Amino acid sequence: MKSKKEIHPMESLLRMDRIPHIWCPGCGIGTAVTAFTAALDKLKVDLNKICVVSGIGCTGRVAGYVKLDSFHTTHGRPIAFATGLKLGNPEMKVVVFSGDGDIIAIGGNHFMHAARRNIDITVICLNNFIYAMTGGQVAPTTPLTAYATTSPYGNIEPPYNIPQLAEACGAVYVARWTALHVRRLTNSIVEAIQKPGFSVIEVISPCAQYYSRINRLGDGLDMMKFYHDNAVIKHNEPTENLDIDYQKEIIIGKFIDRERPTYTEVYNKWLSDAKHQTPKSPRIQNT
Amino acid sequence: MKANKRDVHTGIYYIDGDVASAEGALAAGCKFVGGYPITPSTEAFEAFVRRAPYVGSITIQMEDELGSIASILGAAWSGKKAMTITSGPGFSLMMENIGLGAMLETPFVILNIQRGGPSTGLPTLAGQADMMQSRWGSHGDYEIIAISPDSPQELFDYTIKAFNLSEKYRCPVMIMSDECVGHMTEKVVIPPAEEIELEPRRFYNGPKDKYQPFKPDKDLVPPMVKAGDGFKLHITGLIHDENGYPASNKTSYTRRLVDKIRLNADKIIELQEEETEDAEIIVVSYGITSRVAIRGIDEAREAGIKVGSLRLVTVWPFPEKRIAELSKKVRAFVVPEINYGQIVYEVERCTHENANVILVPHGGGLVHNPDDIFHAIQYAAKEKNKIIGIVEYKTILQRLITERGNRLR
Repeated sequence: MKSKKEIHPMESLLRMDRIPHIWCPGCGIGTAVTAFTAALDKLKVDLNKICVVSGIGCTGRVAGYVKLDSFHTTHGRPIAFATGLKLGNPEMKVVVFSGDGDIIAIGGNHFMHAARRNIDITVICLNNFIYAMTGGQVAPTTPLTAYATTSPYGNIEPPYNIPQLAEACGAVYVARWTALHVRRLTNSIVEAIQKPGFSVIEVISPCAQYYSRINRLGDGLDMMKFYHDNAVIKHNEPTENLDIDYQKEIIIGKFIDRERPTYTEVYNKWLSDAKHQTPKSPRIQNT
Repeated sequence: MKANKRDVHTGIYYIDGDVASAEGALAAGCKFVGGYPITPSTEAFEAFVRRAPYVGSITIQMEDELGSIASILGAAWSGKKAMTITSGPGFSLMMENIGLGAMLETPFVILNIQRGGPSTGLPTLAGQADMMQSRWGSHGDYEIIAISPDSPQELFDYTIKAFNLSEKYRCPVMIMSDECVGHMTEKVVIPPAEEIELEPRRFYNGPKDKYQPFKPDKDLVPPMVKAGDGFKLHITGLIHDENGYPASNKTSYTRRLVDKIRLNADKIIELQEEETEDAEIIVVSYGITSRVAIRGIDEAREAGIKVGSLRLVTVWPFPEKRIAELSKKVRAFVVPEINYGQIVYEVERCTHENANVILVPHGGGLVHNPDDIFHAIQYAAKEKNKIIGIVEYKTILQRLITERGNRLR
């Protein structure tokens, strides 16, 4: 009798011809991708109408492994790229899947403005507290006093509080989970993709090879144990309380879920209204 | 494919070059503009926004030029014809994604209304010093196409051509105009839609499972699909194989990116030649300088010098063959530019030391005094010796400054 071939449950959503992936043992990006694919499975959306845009870095490689229209763009620009993609084809559901350095440091400006405009995209920002692809340099999310190769005496810069930044800029959905909270993360991704407008999910992830090795925090499993003991779920917690201190409590949960008209809605309304108006601009030429 | 009636603003107008270029882009079917205000190109962006409700296009003022070019790349992959508008400082910021555009073989158009540089330079005044940047600005090996119009009418016509070229060769196309042309107001004739020929996007129409995003056709250009068509395509700025997957062993991949332009150069290049057949001296010029040169050339002809004109409508790819051919027949090339020497190096390279090369530089801000070009032609005609290397012809003003020093100021 012919033995039945074993199939990975997510095979239909992953580019199996590209596996094995490049991520290190103990890394949390794979877990986040699993949560994402599980969310797609739950969502029952047309997979042809969903796409992933990534930037550069470890998390930037996600676009290369999901079997969707996927774009691996330049460092920091996935949100701007996604803005063009979403406005060019509003039918698409666009997910920006990238790291903290890519989205908050070099791409910080695009993050702020896409949130302000309320572009209808979902940003999954994987926060591993460090620049991992380049070998463990300090990031704008590295907690104070933590070590990195470019902060060998301990980090002196305060880190970004990503949910607070997202809220202040106008995101309509903001949540934070860790790589340990897979079920909740999955549900959160489902909600965020369904939510019209700019939604942000921060995923705290272990970087076993750099962050935890440089800081002597053990391997991936030790980091998971740390999340288990120190992550506290507090839904609707005011985002100003969400700072992450070095090896202290991490508050997770869904913090913001509010309504604002999306850019596409506003733009389309403007487009139909503007025809009946005279443009108010000091320089009107004859065209 | 003909232009869409709704997009074409047929008629005769008295408009500036920036607006003419915006009209050209709309006529070409451009439906997405990501821009950022920058003098002296802002008028083009404003014109797009004013017309957006009537043509149903998307215009978004992004947070910076890094974002505006990234957004048009995204829009191009969503199936739209896309464009961005900028000038020197913004152009510098765009370099990173020009490289991505070349790597992903994305069709889009950049309008660069050049101003004086470097840095903030001369925001409201002309320059032509971004010419080399347009070719070499992003890191790595790639080729682009650059066009240099010299009048508002040409900005209209060649913006359409820029879109056609970008669709045909799937590469970034740059319209390297300058402040003078951008802010010059002239008569512009916008023809009826049915007289405008457009190049459709090269969409793939084979079986879905056989599609390879970077498998080229015979002319080395691969057909394209758009996001949402169900091809589950993956594209990356990494060196990739024909499937679009990263492949660090495909180190010769960029060969095709370069070849698709180089081997098709004869089809791409457009030149305007005047009396080059029996010329002893040829003036090589582009953009606003070619219009200034007309008077210098006329004066020289009145003085009995056999002078021809070669105008580079397409600057990149550079017309190497034509310059090499002409260099065997003529005594010298005179190259006026509003910079201290950029395209003149290309001319010198292509002459293979057969002819003298005389640069008539200008620091930006103003255009040349036509007399300077005339005098340079006169000098070139008198010079019987072969001079190796570029001769920098000092304009009257420059000579006065050198002779009299600061007293002149």
